[in-house]
Amino acid sequence: MDLNYSPEETAFRDEVRAWIGANLAADVRDKVLNYRELSKDDLLGWHKKLATKGWVAPGWPKEWGGTDWTVVQRYIFEEECGAAGCPPIVPFGVRMCAPVLLRFGTDAQKQRFLPRMYNGEDFWVQGYSEPGAGSDLASLKTRAVRDGDHYVVTGQKIWTTLGHYGDWIFCLVRTDPKTEKRQDGISFLLIDMTTPGITVRPIVLLDQSREVNEVFFDEVRVPAENLVHEENKGWTVAKFLLGYERMGTGNIAVSKRELARVKELAARAGLLDDPRFADRLTRVEVELMALEITNLRFLDQLRGGRPPGAEVSLLKIKGTEIQQALTELMLQTAGPLAQAFRPLEARAGFDAFTASLMPRYCNVRKATIYAGSNEIQRNIIAKATLGL
Amino acid sequence: MNFEYSDEQRLLSETLRKFLNTGYGFDARAKITATPAGFSEDVWAALAEMGILGVPFDEKFGGFGGTTVDMMVVMEALGEALVVEPYLATVGLGGRFVARGGAAPQQARILPALIAGKTKMAFAQTEPEARYDLARVATRATPSGDGWVLEGDKRAVLHGGCADLLVVSARTAGGDGDARGISLFLVERGAAGLAIDDARTLDNLRVADVRLSGVRVGRDALLGAEGGGLPLIEEVVDYATALVCAEAVGAIKYAHDATLDYLKTRRQFGVPIGSFQALQHRMVDVLIAYEQARSIATLACVKVDTADAAERRRVVSAAKVKIADAARHVSQEAVQLHGGMGMTEELKISHTFRRLTTIAQAFGDADHHLARFAAARASA
Repeated sequence: MDLNYSPEETAFRDEVRAWIGANLAADVRDKVLNYRELSKDDLLGWHKKLATKGWVAPGWPKEWGGTDWTVVQRYIFEEECGAAGCPPIVPFGVRMCAPVLLRFGTDAQKQRFLPRMYNGEDFWVQGYSEPGAGSDLASLKTRAVRDGDHYVVTGQKIWTTLGHYGDWIFCLVRTDPKTEKRQDGISFLLIDMTTPGITVRPIVLLDQSREVNEVFFDEVRVPAENLVHEENKGWTVAKFLLGYERMGTGNIAVSKRELARVKELAARAGLLDDPRFADRLTRVEVELMALEITNLRFLDQLRGGRPPGAEVSLLKIKGTEIQQALTELMLQTAGPLAQAFRPLEARAGFDAFTASLMPRYCNVRKATIYAGSNEIQRNIIAKATLGL
Repeated sequence: MNFEYSDEQRLLSETLRKFLNTGYGFDARAKITATPAGFSEDVWAALAEMGILGVPFDEKFGGFGGTTVDMMVVMEALGEALVVEPYLATVGLGGRFVARGGAAPQQARILPALIAGKTKMAFAQTEPEARYDLARVATRATPSGDGWVLEGDKRAVLHGGCADLLVVSARTAGGDGDARGISLFLVERGAAGLAIDDARTLDNLRVADVRLSGVRVGRDALLGAEGGGLPLIEEVVDYATALVCAEAVGAIKYAHDATLDYLKTRRQFGVPIGSFQALQHRMVDVLIAYEQARSIATLACVKVDTADAAERRRVVSAAKVKIADAARHVSQEAVQLHGGMGMTEELKISHTFRRLTTIAQAFGDADHHLARFAAARASA
């Protein structure tokens, strides 16, 4: 056992750090560090830079553009991106839809979608949840009826993150409403969002941001060639995707950056000398130190290439709890100034960062709800790991 | 960077576990703790025979030259089986003092005998008013002839009753609480003026009150530099703290496994109680606490070997905060989820509860280490 980087690993870290330093635009970095909204161009711009460098999809097979990095290299890459304030790689394409295509897609589907996905030519989003199907995803009702060479899709998706940026959406739809088991009769469809009949409506969240949407489908005609895996076998695909969806939701590298920030702010506010604050901060820091090692231990176990199992649920639970705790501590560092929420364009000299802490705290409440609520994650661990 | 256990570590773990599984079951342990000494010389001899007593010591003394991660493997196994023999006191404290601070003749005299199972050791440090403050040493060592005379009171000396050789902290200069002026002395059992009052603890280990009344020691009893003992004490106590964290991981693992098993077998309302979501989620939180405890203990064991003093302090305190929290959380949940059975003497779970309760406060409780961690942060 050795927690130090080898000379090769150190050299790799330096290479990544230097590349990010030379390629991350200052204004984008500034938005990330100050919790400001990233535009579609900000997100895809960074994606394209990474694609050009060959680093946008480290986990893909080599022949499709994967990096063949070791587990430690992947960890180093995440660390450096997190520390530097890089925008996130939007996961719906490269991290979620791509593994599905690689596992279940036809050659034609792979050829058609993977290179564009890699190069950031399409913005992908996820169409899973529905008003009546949240944690109980298998109760979804959006219908897809076969009509010649097409499926005709009618229904509604909800909580579609960045749906307003979406060019393509992968959806779970019901192709057979009469099956005995609800899990049967579901299919996995890829849908071009410019197709007539699709309406995207924003849902304003408690921080007053626009991030998630409702997506309505009104007799949307989708070519049958966009079906992934067999008709009515979509649940198999969905289950396969679950582990990938939760991968990276631990957000450890970003939490390390936020922790450093909390300390900086707390020091400025004189709170590090307050034992009540210091103790709360320490417990979060210690939990994060442990989670970093837990993450590395799990990554180490994944080296054989087996898909992530229930252990990533643990990372999701702890990682999101830590994220929330950090936003709470950060909000506290602002003291009475934390209530100074005003529109960001308000006026010159206005402390936009302090004003962002309350909405940020509000916004991150989502972390324990999305990608399978933490209670659902506990159900998964209870069943899959503990055998209860 | 890698997280693999080496072949040696795996072999060590397997050998020890095989021995404990066959020879140190719960019933065997109960017989051992019921004896007047409260531990088994046969088990001790077997640990020596297997080389377990020599794991961290240099090969030239007959040891294995192992790292603290090697020791983690041992401590976890001992923790899972709730081993009561004086391993931590002898190897983790006494032996560590000699290995890190002893002069060559002291090492040559003591370590081979320790590794062979012939010398047991203990560390007499804690005093009635000191709580966890390692600088609070009021015991005095006054120069006399060619040595010193020791005078003072030590409390809760882990396995002090069976120790052949005590490491005693005493003041050669300064006042109670001063960082400088603390020295360490080797005191043999049977020294005139040494009174040892041995007692059983609720977790079936042994602690002793040690009274030193005019105990004479020679020059060769001084361990390390005169007056400069505190850094060595801190280093060794940090080492032992990392080890007790690893022991806790083993005990937590047992509590987890036994509780999970109970949830699957205990039936109420016609179904296993593990089918109830209220209990499932609590069990998952126990699992998470176990994984997090294992991670932080691993980090502490690695850093004890590789970090500078400031980083070592920071990481060991971080580990002890997490371990103390996890020990309390998991032990309490284990008893609660076992229901009335968890309260009984006859189940190992209640003994695990007691051991974890003690460990939570050993070498500083969570509050102590929260403060120490914050101090390390302030000076970073």
